[in-house]
Amino acid sequence: MSLLTVDTLVKEFGGVRAIDDLSFTIDPGTIHSIIGPNGAGKTTLFNLVTGVYTPTFGTVQFNGEPVTGKKPYELAARGMSRTFQNLQICMNMTALENVLVGRHLHLDGRLLPSLFRLPRIVRGDRAAEDMGRELMAFVGLEKYFDWDADAMPYGALKRLEIARALAAEPKLLLLDEPAAGLNDVESREIDNVIKKVAESGVTVVLVEHDMKMVMEISDHILVLDYGRKLTEGTPQEVRQNPDVIAAYLGQVA
Amino acid sequence: MNEATPMSPRPSSASTANISRPGDTTPPGAPERPAPQAPGTPRTGAGSAGRPRQGLKARLMKPRTGGLLVLAVVVAVLPAFLQNAFHYDVAIQIGFNAIVAIGLNLLIGYCGQISLGHAGFLGVGAYFSAITVTNFGWPPLLSLVVAAVVVGLLAFVIARPILRLKGHYLAMATLGIGLIISIILNQEAQLTGGPDGMIVDPFTVFGFEFKKPWHWYSLVGGLLVIAAWLSLNIIDSPVGRALRAVHGSEVAAEVVGVDTTRYKVMIFVVSAVFASVVGSLGAHYIMFLSPQEASFFHSVELVIMVVLGGMASTFGAVVGAATLTALPQFLTFLEDYEHLIFGLILMLVMIFLPKGVVPSLAALFKRGGEK
Amino acid sequence: MLGEFIQYLFSGLTSGAIYALVGLGFALIYNASHVINFAQGEFVMLGGMGTVFLAAAGVPLPLAVVVAIIGTACVGFALEKLAVEQTKNASVVTLIIITIGASIVLRGAAQVLFDKQFHTLPAFSGDEPINVLGATITSQTLWVLGITALIVVVLQWFFNRTLLGKAILATSVNPLAAKLVGINVSFVLLLSFGMSAALGAIAGVLITPITSTNFEVGIMLGLKGFSAAILGGLGNPFGAVIGGLILGIVEAFGAGYISSEYKDAMAFIIILLALFFMPSGLFGKKGTERV
Repeated sequence: MSLLTVDTLVKEFGGVRAIDDLSFTIDPGTIHSIIGPNGAGKTTLFNLVTGVYTPTFGTVQFNGEPVTGKKPYELAARGMSRTFQNLQICMNMTALENVLVGRHLHLDGRLLPSLFRLPRIVRGDRAAEDMGRELMAFVGLEKYFDWDADAMPYGALKRLEIARALAAEPKLLLLDEPAAGLNDVESREIDNVIKKVAESGVTVVLVEHDMKMVMEISDHILVLDYGRKLTEGTPQEVRQNPDVIAAYLGQVA
Repeated sequence: MNEATPMSPRPSSASTANISRPGDTTPPGAPERPAPQAPGTPRTGAGSAGRPRQGLKARLMKPRTGGLLVLAVVVAVLPAFLQNAFHYDVAIQIGFNAIVAIGLNLLIGYCGQISLGHAGFLGVGAYFSAITVTNFGWPPLLSLVVAAVVVGLLAFVIARPILRLKGHYLAMATLGIGLIISIILNQEAQLTGGPDGMIVDPFTVFGFEFKKPWHWYSLVGGLLVIAAWLSLNIIDSPVGRALRAVHGSEVAAEVVGVDTTRYKVMIFVVSAVFASVVGSLGAHYIMFLSPQEASFFHSVELVIMVVLGGMASTFGAVVGAATLTALPQFLTFLEDYEHLIFGLILMLVMIFLPKGVVPSLAALFKRGGEK
Repeated sequence: MLGEFIQYLFSGLTSGAIYALVGLGFALIYNASHVINFAQGEFVMLGGMGTVFLAAAGVPLPLAVVVAIIGTACVGFALEKLAVEQTKNASVVTLIIITIGASIVLRGAAQVLFDKQFHTLPAFSGDEPINVLGATITSQTLWVLGITALIVVVLQWFFNRTLLGKAILATSVNPLAAKLVGINVSFVLLLSFGMSAALGAIAGVLITPITSTNFEVGIMLGLKGFSAAILGGLGNPFGAVIGGLILGIVEAFGAGYISSEYKDAMAFIIILLALFFMPSGLFGKKGTERV
C-alpha cells in the first residue's frame, strides 16, 4: 500500500492554477524526488501535502487515511515532517532548542506539568536534549549545540531544519531543496544524511535542483511542469524522456 | 499528550535512534564526532558526551536558579532600605506591576502576540473581587480565586477568534476588548460606582487582616518570586519552546506538531489570570477601585513595562515594572514638565536600547544576551 | 422621524470624516514605513490648539490655520528624523512604544506650551444653522465634509498621477526595489510623516469649532483613526476613509437609537466583528503566506 496518495489535486491562486489536476502515489521506504523548472509548483505541492495550504480541489491520503484540509500539526502527529526552501528556523532560540521543538509531539505539552516543572518534564527534556544532540551530530552540527540560531551560517541552518524534522520521528519526510546554496562538499554530506535516513525506514520526498544528487539517490522521480505531471519513473527513465529535456532546456525551435 | 521514552523505537515505524548505524562512515569533510548509539544498547558516555556537565557555577548562571535566587535575595533585603510607608508603597506597587508584566511578557515577549487590552482583565479581576467582597461579603481569598477563574474563562472565549489575527490587527482587537471592558465599568455605575470608583473592603485571610505595609510587602514579594519561578519554568519546558517557536516561525512550529492556536490561547489565558490576581489584590490593597485600573493607558503602561525591561526576559519584565513604577515618583518635582520628560526618557531608551534594558545590558556581558 | 435620521446621518458623517482624516494619516505612515504612529491623534490636537493660540496672539485666523498646519507638519518631520529613522531593526512593538512615547511628549509639551483648558474656534462661516429635511445642520459640518472630500480627491490624484505619489506607492510595496530604481526612500518616509501630520492638523482645525479642543483630545481621536485604518484594511488609504465614515455613522446611529453611553463601545464592537470575519479588514490585502 502506498504511504501517500495524491488524487486530482488542484490549487488556484486568483485564477492561476499552480497545481493542475495532479495525481501520484508514494511508496513507503523510497527516496522520491520531485523536479521541474522554477515555478513548476513543487513548493506549492509540498505546502498542499503538509497542510500549509488547503487544496482548491482533490484529495490527499496519508497512510490510508484521508487527510485533505487537515492542519499541519495534525499531519505531523500522523507522521509527516518537512523542511522549507526558504529557511523557517526559530531565530529566537538556540540550535538545540530548535531541534527540541521538533521533539514536541513526543513530550508532555500540557500547561500544568510545565508550569510546576514536574519531574516528568525534567526527565523528558533531558532525554530529548540527548536525542537532539545525537541528531545534530548525525547531520554534522556537533559544533553548534548551544549556538544561537541567528549566529549560524546558512548551510548549518539547512541541516538544522533536517535535524528538527527528524526529531519528530516521521514516517514521511519532505525536504524542500535541502542542498540549495550549499557547496559541493556540503551537498555530498546532505546526500549521505538523506540516504541514511531512508535506510532507517523513513520515506523521503525531495524537491531538489541539484540533478546530480537527484539522479544519484532517488528511487523514483516525478517531473512537474506548470503544475502538471510531465512524467514519472526511475532516474533512468526520466533522464531519457524528451519532454523532460524540452522542459528544462526550453522548447527546441 | 504522549510522552514516549524518546530513545525507545516506535513500534509502527523505525525510530530515529537507528537512523545512523555504528558502521556508517562519517561523511567526507565532516569533523569527527562520537558515533550515535545503536538501538537497544545501554546508554553509555558516548551518547551523553555532548551534554556539558553542570557544575554549581553553571547552574547558578542559569536564570532559573541563579536569577531566581538573586530576585529572592533582593526581595528579602530590600525592606532594610525602605524608610517609610511611602517607600513601602512604591515597592508594593512595583511588585504588583512586576507580576502582571511577567505574565504579559510570556504572551508578548515569548509568544510574540501583542495585547493592548490586558488592563481590561486586571480590571475585571479587580471589580469581581471588590464587588463580591464589599457588597456580598464573600471571603476575599475565595473571590480572588473565583475572579481568576472567571477572567481565565473570559480570556479563553475571547482568545480563539482574536488570536487568529496578526500584528497590528491583533493590537486593534485587544485594544478594542480592553476599551469595551473599560467603558462597561464606567457605565454600569450602580454596580461599579462608575467613574467615581468604589470603596473596597480590606484583604483578610481566615480572620487575619492585611493592613501593615510589611504584611502587604511580604505577600506581594512572595507572590513575585513565585510568579518569576512559574514563568521561568514555563519558558524552559515543552510549552515554553512551543510558545517561542510560535514567535520564531509559526509555520515551522505547526509542521513539527505544535498546535499553535492552542498555545497562543493557553498563554493568553495564563497572562490574563496573572493580571486578574493582581487586580484583585490591588483593589484590596488600595481599598479603592476606579475604572482607571482598566483603562487603555494602564494597558499601554503594562506593555511598556515588558518592552522597556526587555522582551523575552522574565527579569526584564521585573526591571521594566520597577522602572516604570518608580520613574514618575522621581519626576514629580518637575511638576508640569513631568509628562514631557517621562515621554522623552521612554523614547530615548527605546531608540537606543530597542531590545529593552536587560537584554541590551546582558548582551554587553555575553554575546547573545539572556535567553 | 426622517429629520432625526438625517440628523444622525450628518452627525455621523462629520465625526466619520474626521476619523477618516486621522485614519488616512495612519495609512500613509504605515504604507511608507510599516510603523503604526500612535502619536497621530496628537497631530489633530496640535492643529486645533496651535490655531487657537496663534489666533489668540493676534494672528489673523486664516494665517493662524496655515501656520498651525505647517508647524504640525514640521513636528511630523521631526518625529521621523529624530525618532523613527534612528531606530534600526527595532521590532514592531518597540516602534509602537516609541510613537506612544512621542504622543506623551507632545501632550506634555502642549500642556506646558498651551494650557489644560478647553478652547474653541469660531465656525468658518458663521453659526447660522441650515435646515435639511427637518434636520438642523451647522455650516461647519459642510466645511468638514467638503474639505475631507477635497483632500481625498487630491490624494487620489497625487498617488495616481504624480511621479512623487507613485514613488511613495512604490516604496510602500517594496522599499528595496524602490531604492534600487533611484527613489529617495528616506525622503519618502519624511514626506509621509509630514503629510500625515498635516492631515491630522487639518482635521484638528476643522473639528475644533464643533467639539472644541484641549491637550488631551488626541487620545480618543487617535484610537478612532487607528480603528478606521484597521477597519478599512491597513495599507489602503481609501479603505481608511471608508472605515472612518462607517465608524462615525455606527456611533451616531448607535448613540441616537440604542444608547448614548455605549456610543464608543459600539464602534469597537463593530470593528471586532469585522475582524473576526475579515482578519485583514474590509479592503486589506489577503494574500497567502509564502513559505
